[in-house]
Amino acid sequence: MKIIVCIKQVPASTEVEIDPITGNLIRDGRNAKMNPYDLYAIETALRIKEFNGAHVATISMGPPSALAVLNESLWMGCDDATIMTDRKFGGADVVATSYTLAEGIKLIGSADLIICGKQTTDGDTAQVGPEIAENLKIPHLSYVDKIIEIKEKSIVVQVDMDSTEEVWEIDYPCLITVNKGIFTPRLPSYKRGKLFKDYEIRQIHFSDMKDQNEAHYGLKGSPTQVERMFPPIKNTDKEIWEDTDKNLALKLSKKLKEMKVV
Amino acid sequence: MYKKVTKQDVLALQKLIDEKRVFVYDESISEYSKDELGTLIGKPEVIVKVVATEEVSKVAKYAYDNNIPLTVRGSGTGLVGACVPLYGGIVLDTTLMNKIIGIDEENQILEVEAGALLMEIAEYTKERGYFYAPDPGEKSATIGGNIITNAGGMRAVKHGVTRDWVRALEVVLMDGTVLEFGKKVVKDTSGYSLKNLIIGSEGTLAIVTKAYLKVTAAPEKTLSLLVPYDSLEKAIEKVPAILNSGTNPTAVEFFTREALEYSETFLGKKFPDQNSPAYILLMFDGSETEVDANAKKISEILINELEAVDVLIVDTDERNDDVWSARSSFLEAIKASTTLMDECDVVVPRSEVGNYIKYTYELEKKYGLRLPSFGHAGDGNLHIYICKDDLSDKEWKEKLELVFEDLYNKAKEVGGLVSGEHGIGYAKMQYLKESVGEVQIDLMRRIKAAFDPKNLLNPGKVV
Repeated sequence: MKIIVCIKQVPASTEVEIDPITGNLIRDGRNAKMNPYDLYAIETALRIKEFNGAHVATISMGPPSALAVLNESLWMGCDDATIMTDRKFGGADVVATSYTLAEGIKLIGSADLIICGKQTTDGDTAQVGPEIAENLKIPHLSYVDKIIEIKEKSIVVQVDMDSTEEVWEIDYPCLITVNKGIFTPRLPSYKRGKLFKDYEIRQIHFSDMKDQNEAHYGLKGSPTQVERMFPPIKNTDKEIWEDTDKNLALKLSKKLKEMKVV
Repeated sequence: MYKKVTKQDVLALQKLIDEKRVFVYDESISEYSKDELGTLIGKPEVIVKVVATEEVSKVAKYAYDNNIPLTVRGSGTGLVGACVPLYGGIVLDTTLMNKIIGIDEENQILEVEAGALLMEIAEYTKERGYFYAPDPGEKSATIGGNIITNAGGMRAVKHGVTRDWVRALEVVLMDGTVLEFGKKVVKDTSGYSLKNLIIGSEGTLAIVTKAYLKVTAAPEKTLSLLVPYDSLEKAIEKVPAILNSGTNPTAVEFFTREALEYSETFLGKKFPDQNSPAYILLMFDGSETEVDANAKKISEILINELEAVDVLIVDTDERNDDVWSARSSFLEAIKASTTLMDECDVVVPRSEVGNYIKYTYELEKKYGLRLPSFGHAGDGNLHIYICKDDLSDKEWKEKLELVFEDLYNKAKEVGGLVSGEHGIGYAKMQYLKESVGEVQIDLMRRIKAAFDPKNLLNPGKVV
């Protein structure tokens, strides 16, 4: 069985800089980490590997600094890693990103199962996974929170649809996106890292792509344009109440209801 | 004999400070009769919530003049009954005296009131790029409580304990006199260190109202390494070599799969590694270059020379949370696994940690009790929990006494002490006496008498 996990490098904190002209995040690899949701995707793949010996490869599109997260995936237990890096891929929205990744996956070779994290912590759309599947013309399931059974030709999973939990069986080749908490991700192993000391991560550039139409990639291939991007505004408003315990409890309960928290 | 608190006393106290902050004790506020462990009960007669040093002074003087015992209480997170008012009287609650006054940047000193919480201090200093290193597990404790127990915590290996971070203290004596022990200075050989007598005195000598704490520039980077071993004995045996490796770890903790299982059940979350029976957890802090170099060096040593199964890297907020939340929840998790528990907080020479833990396994068999443990391998401070489970009260009491006796005798035998960081309070008085002997206890009693001749301040504790 061959599994491909799509991963991404994201800012490690909310202190991010935005390019004032393109409206994109400035990614320089400093203060960056693997998208936390992708750790769950990797862990899911590695659990399947433990079960049936699957080959697990990771792929990431991003600047050369994204090599760090690919290395990390190897240190965690993945077998292979590929980076798609080219200025022409830069500034991509969901459509261009998923198209590029789908083309990259085709270049790596056919996968039985593609696993993505539910979403990224920077883009937050939760759409790239499903759109990769659409580009590859394979079925997909999002919000998987449990792997029930791994069969020879299909996988049975539980999907969290907010108001319902659904169990689905889906034939390979397919794509799933997994929720946070499906498993606790393992830690990168220093010992395993040493095995990959001389390993070279495969690089895919625009020139390697089968589709040489630049209009399909990066900023040019992105129908959606971000008008403005800004770090989240921190809300530090505070209200301080002083009253008897009973009145405070009533007031708090009323406030929580008003805020629709409970 | 002490004077009982009367209505007149309550009225007088209400006049001394805001009447809304003086409460007559009743069962609705029963938390004032116990601490976090909850096994020792002593009911106060009146509770006074102070907001300023002047109020502390007035209340202390009133208690002194009227021969009423007075026990100071912070967050009540202690584990040896130190804040339990055994003789009733007044409980002086410092939690409203919680101002963080500020940082004197030129002298790197943080000025705080005694009731400020450790977690508030951590946040305050972090926001300003500073670092107060002592890091005991209980973050909701007050700094006053930390000071009077000389709290330790995991970073003690590199950064020392609370005592090492206190430059000066403002204290109130039992007769109401306000004094300052120490100054905002780094060195001090000016007579006996009264400041250091107060630190670790568990509220028996004077009331801490304000502290001047050392702070440093915040470390640029913190990184942890989780080191699995195929046995606890082997893991602990390697700790001296880790400490001698020249890599200067901030924390060196040990724990077993058994302890992890308690925390997994308690937190409802699996630990990131499931494959080993024992772990050493290392933390490094400092500049990025220093941390990276030390982590790399120790990883090589651990794998090549110290028989570690692997070295797992804990380098992001999420990973830190997965690993450290498990480590931080052991106390609560073990507590939740049993009906009642007591704990032993011995400290032994670092070379004896392995033997001591092995001895607890023998005791488990000898008494048919569960004795889960974890601890600070880097400083020899062990936390051993004695679980009641389904024993009857009578059996529990008998066995508990015997187990404690054995545990403290063993600690003495290997050159250890009764308490590493939780203190003596009431619960460990007998063992302190056995451990240090009559002469030292007598010296301590004479110090107590010098500070508190009427024995009003937290009577019945420590000595």
